[in-house]
Amino acid sequence: MTLTRRDVENIAHLARLRITEEELPVYVGSLSRILEFIEQLGSASTGEVEPMAHPLEDQVQRLRADEPTETDHRDRYQQNAPAVEAGLYIVPKVIE
Amino acid sequence: MSLHLKTAAELGRGIRAGEYSSGELTRHFLDRIGRGNERLNAFITVTPERALEDARRADATVAAGRGGALTGVPIAHKDIFCTDGILTTCGSKMLANFVSPYDATVVERLAAAGTVMLGKTNMDEFAMGSSNETSFYGPVRNPWDETRVPGGSSGGSAAAVAARLAPVATGTDTGGSIRQPAALTGLTGIKPTYGRVSRYGMIAFASSLDQGGVLAQSAEDAALVLEAMSGFDPRDSTSVDTPVPGYAGALDRPVKGLRIGIIREFFGDGLDPATGDAVQVALDIFRDLGIELVELSLPALPLSVPTYYVVAPAECSSNLSRFDGVRFGYRCDDPKDLLDLYTRSRGEGFGAEVKRRIMTGTYVLSAGYYDAYYLKAQKVRSLINEDFRRAFAEVDVLVGPTSPTPAFRLGAKVDDPVTMYLNDIYTIGANLAGLPALSAPCGLVEGLPVGLQVIGPHFAESRVLAVAHAYQRETDWHRRVPRAWA
Repeated sequence: MTLTRRDVENIAHLARLRITEEELPVYVGSLSRILEFIEQLGSASTGEVEPMAHPLEDQVQRLRADEPTETDHRDRYQQNAPAVEAGLYIVPKVIE
Repeated sequence: MSLHLKTAAELGRGIRAGEYSSGELTRHFLDRIGRGNERLNAFITVTPERALEDARRADATVAAGRGGALTGVPIAHKDIFCTDGILTTCGSKMLANFVSPYDATVVERLAAAGTVMLGKTNMDEFAMGSSNETSFYGPVRNPWDETRVPGGSSGGSAAAVAARLAPVATGTDTGGSIRQPAALTGLTGIKPTYGRVSRYGMIAFASSLDQGGVLAQSAEDAALVLEAMSGFDPRDSTSVDTPVPGYAGALDRPVKGLRIGIIREFFGDGLDPATGDAVQVALDIFRDLGIELVELSLPALPLSVPTYYVVAPAECSSNLSRFDGVRFGYRCDDPKDLLDLYTRSRGEGFGAEVKRRIMTGTYVLSAGYYDAYYLKAQKVRSLINEDFRRAFAEVDVLVGPTSPTPAFRLGAKVDDPVTMYLNDIYTIGANLAGLPALSAPCGLVEGLPVGLQVIGPHFAESRVLAVAHAYQRETDWHRRVPRAWA
């Protein structure tokens, strides 16, 4: 599988990653090489095989009662935020 | 014998016997870090105040007669584990300013066991790498030869213990990130069964593969620390609710009569002949211990690397979508709109390998490609799992090399991601199948350590550790220290 510049720009957009002009050809090359490498999976015969859902057999998703278990840590958590105001996370204006 | 040449188990015994205090020990290791870290770059953050405070508490516990096996023993934590009030970077610019507001369960449990936190160790960015060269904080050097890599992604933890800047360290293993650096630096490293160690507060890379574990000087140390950090945690939805057996107490369990499987696929063309010879010598020792050796084949195993490089990037692309420049982590300057904020914060905050894996994952999960890549990989993963299941119906553990070569030179493999990925060819299988696996040093090749891998069935950590411990009673590879750091 050989990717084009256009393909990589599209993947980067889907992944919300800004890729610079200098980075682009590097990713075109290395992602193509990785896809070529993983294509050997096609050689495995997997007709009736169930895809693996969990490394351990018989494990089910554990559920808990729908009751609050945490107290409010907003102020502490927002100390790591790039921009907050009155307890709100600040982002560029979305609606003009 | 100098304090830093003692194992964690020996140090714990020495503290309880009153031979030295945890405070003395802690100052000794902080001093070694102060003098040695500049050369190795093993630590991102050193926490001397916290360490001395932990040591004071440990000494008081011991004075009150309540000391346990690890009370007062210093430890280093991989910087992937959240530590309350302490910088937690995951080796990334994205988290270069992140002070965690809580402790990971692993950190909390090891603190409760009385260990003393020395600091946070360097690592490949978001644990994505096999050489510790993708860290935002620069590469870590191998104490056995400072022109070489220590392996990755737990490279800082490996270098710190190998150079005896810390007696023991935590690590995480998604595709070999504990075992491969342990092999390349002469340590004993264990990754337990998936679900055995809580992932709460362990920054996620690939959630169906990630497991916390230990990089130690011996199987005994690995057993003690693993026992303290394991167990059910309601805060991790994949944590397994079964009791933790006493790993340390089971170390001397007899190994005579066990059956070891030799995986034929692990001794093929890619294996460095001298590394293969060292593993063969170890197999002879097992035979002398009365263990039966059985050669067997796991035909799907050679597909483990391509399977991993679909599954792990897919999970990482999803996990790392949380880093958006809004609630925590890096934010770009002057975003002009929300899309610009997302794309530039992520584009500037993540390094090249992390972006490559996010894009690989995004691609294999994208519309029209999901069946061909992701679904196909999960089916092959079932085949690999089935191979292991069949093998463990015949043998008690599987043994082979941990890594195809000894430590390579810094920069040698950075240009070709696929060549780098193939370092994990022997380790990835255990992650795909969720199995416990350990690496123990089994020789030196031109002065560089090589490792022997022991893989067990689910929840057979005790057996894996007992096999390694029996080997370490017959050999002294695990007591070798690089000359410059002795």
